[in-house]
Amino acid sequence: MKLTSWGRYPVCESTVNRPRSDAALAGLLHTQPPSSSIARGMGRSYGDSALAEHVYSTTALDQFIAFDEERGLLRCAAGVTLETLLHAMMPRGWFLPVVPGTWHVSIGGAIASDVHGKNHHLDGSFGQHVESLRLMLASGDIVHCSAQENTELFHATCAGMGLTGIIVDATLHLRRNNSSTVMQRTLRAHNLDEIFALFDSHHNSHYSVAWLDCLARGNSLGRSLLYLGEHANDNICRTPAKRSISIPFSSPAFLLNRYSMSLFNSLYYHKPVKELVEQRIEAKQYFFPLDSIGHWNRLYGKRGFMQYQCVIPDASAQPAMREILTRISTSGKGSFLSVLKKLGPANRNLLSFPLEGYTLALDFKFEPSTLALLDELDSIVLAHGGRLYLAKDARMSQEVFRRSYPHWEDMARIRAETGADRLFNSLQSRRLGL
Amino acid sequence: MDVKNILIIGANSAIAKATARLYAQENCRLFLLGRDTAALAQQQQDLLIRGASEVNIAPLDVTHFALHEAAIDQALDLFGQIDLALICHGSLPDQIRCQDDFDAALEAFNINALSVISLLTHLSARMMAQRHGCLAVITSVAGDRGRQSNYVYGAAKGMVSRYLQGLRGRLFPHNVHVVDIRPGFVDTPMTAHLPKGALWASPEQIAQAVVNGVAKRRHTVYAPAFWRFIMLIVRCIPEFMFKRLKF
Ligand SMILES: Cc1cc2nc3c(=O)[nH]c(=O)nc-3n(C[C@H](O)[C@H](O)[C@H](O)COP(=O)(O)OP(=O)(O)OC[C@H]3O[C@@H](n4cnc5c(N)ncnc54)[C@H](O)[C@@H]3O)c2cc1C
Ligand SMILES: NC(=O)c1ccc[n+]([C@@H]2O[C@H](COP(=O)([O-])OP(=O)(O)OC[C@H]3O[C@@H](n4cnc5c(N)ncnc54)[C@H](OP(=O)(O)O)[C@@H]3O)[C@@H](O)[C@H]2O)c1
Repeated sequence: MKLTSWGRYPVCESTVNRPRSDAALAGLLHTQPPSSSIARGMGRSYGDSALAEHVYSTTALDQFIAFDEERGLLRCAAGVTLETLLHAMMPRGWFLPVVPGTWHVSIGGAIASDVHGKNHHLDGSFGQHVESLRLMLASGDIVHCSAQENTELFHATCAGMGLTGIIVDATLHLRRNNSSTVMQRTLRAHNLDEIFALFDSHHNSHYSVAWLDCLARGNSLGRSLLYLGEHANDNICRTPAKRSISIPFSSPAFLLNRYSMSLFNSLYYHKPVKELVEQRIEAKQYFFPLDSIGHWNRLYGKRGFMQYQCVIPDASAQPAMREILTRISTSGKGSFLSVLKKLGPANRNLLSFPLEGYTLALDFKFEPSTLALLDELDSIVLAHGGRLYLAKDARMSQEVFRRSYPHWEDMARIRAETGADRLFNSLQSRRLGL
Repeated sequence: MDVKNILIIGANSAIAKATARLYAQENCRLFLLGRDTAALAQQQQDLLIRGASEVNIAPLDVTHFALHEAAIDQALDLFGQIDLALICHGSLPDQIRCQDDFDAALEAFNINALSVISLLTHLSARMMAQRHGCLAVITSVAGDRGRQSNYVYGAAKGMVSRYLQGLRGRLFPHNVHVVDIRPGFVDTPMTAHLPKGALWASPEQIAQAVVNGVAKRRHTVYAPAFWRFIMLIVRCIPEFMFKRLKF
């Protein structure tokens, strides 16, 4: 069947197997070991990391296995989604220590991309809250990995993009949280200097993220709204609500042009906000605002879109972001909303994306001319010692990857040692030469 | 919803599992009967984490009719009252084998029809005594008309549907409700070997239809709902034409 991930580009002709148990999965690896296969969770990565000729879908590996309420340790199969997990855990007063911008991702996917959330500057990324995981190797054998046991394989698997094997289940640390709402404050920044200053002065805010108008120019370059959040403390733990509306079909791509985007961004930036006034909003709405619109990726038309997410180390983050935003606003190719976020220190996971600095994420409608623009952005990112997020990538060159992910050789070695390189290869890993 | 104490028979079936998860979210108390006790124990943990207020499990091979009564009483003793009994087990027999080998056909009838009728006999007596409860049984659209490619299974499912129709009337004055759930094609282990197409549903979709059908006290639930129209057409085809159809 034709398979794509969230960006709907590229398209891959794949056979998809959906085993219902670890044993069935091992059976599949034994009986038909094609060299181009990869694990896939919810397909919420944007590019080609969950695409290959043969795909092992984990969506039927969806059982909770054990919950140690004393220690807040939850063990569940890799296909359980954050949505399912939070539905079960929020009413009991528990939350995940790290969540990405959508809850339609699997635990396996969250570990394999070592996802980060709005609290990365304080709490690090998803993998740092994984107590242990069980990984199925190419042989079908399962190994137990943690920061203490099979350490190297653990750090290769967290952020490993499915390239060491298939995570079958994991034990996660949850955080106590006695409310299902978040207290949010919104601050307006008129330009790039202001938003950087705001991130700094609000470093202690538990959650922070800025929505930025990437088409603003000149003195307004980098104008944005900063959203700060803290879990409320009201002892009201409700079950989160389900999604409301859905985009039923692809919209004609011409609807998204520089004028409509520019208008949208401008309206968004100028929306009335009560600065500094705390608002109580549902956690779901704070953390997963886009999930209230199903299939919003269809807005970008049939050809799909690309997300470009880079991180730039602290030292040169400001000038680099200025260069990047200037380049984008002059090109007129912008996205609906761009996201700027301060990140904390990097961790030990070999291919983990975050490093201490700032990350910017932008959507681009897919057009051949976009590719040229993104190549230009790559050189700015490289010049400043930054890198691109593999979970969003569909186009980075091997050279850019190798120059920006210094541990790629360790990853390649571990893959060879465990036999993963003979079985687990995604379109992305082939492109990046892993 | 006032459903609280739920007995599920054939609890390891994919449709049963998906349904149990929905009831677990509603904090129901569950009693699971099934063949594979290791799988039941895993499901027990899963359902407790999903919010079930209590989950009990016990082994039952439904072809051992003599064990039915004790298994049901075990659940009743524990619960005091059964609000919903859901019967989910089944098997898709090899039609070709069944048409030549009566033992194979008999086995298919035992699993898909007679075991269900035995269970219903014990369950309806107890629900009548409670003057309360709901019996929900997963049959199939295959029971709506005998097709040459699958008539042993179809006859077994059809037998249960006819039985439920009569039982519904008998139990009605006793405040006991009977729901016949007729799924179309569902992607489960039972159908793992069949090629899938546009008409196929997920066990989760069927589970939602079961929960809705029980809550709204429906009589016959086609799941997904479009199968009601498909089966209406299938039932309308004149026999002289139908007998020529190979499907
Ligand atoms: C709207 C939206 C917002 C997002 N916001 C954020 C954000 O704020 N922060 C962030 O970090 N990310 C974000 N993402 C990206 C997303 O969190 C990651 O791409 C995540 O990996 C998706 O999980 P998935 O289950 O869909 O995995 P898939 O997309 O199916 O797979 C992603 C990768 O994980 C691997 N994988 C999946 N399951 C397993 C397994 N069981 N074992 C081994 N490898 C496996 C795949 O091989 C692939 O390489 C966002 C995505 C969307 C669509
Ligand atoms: N899948 C479809 O397309 C479809 C369509 C219409 C109706 N249905 C009906 O839906 C119901 C559920 O089936 P499913 O699709 O969910 O398939 P399934 O997952 O294969 O479930 C069938 C279940 O029946 C159990 N079973 C079989 N023989 C048994 C016995 N002698 N004693 C106890 N349990 C026994 C099996 O137990 P084990 O786990 O121990 O093997 C299995 O759990 C069945 O009644 C089926 O006929 C299915």
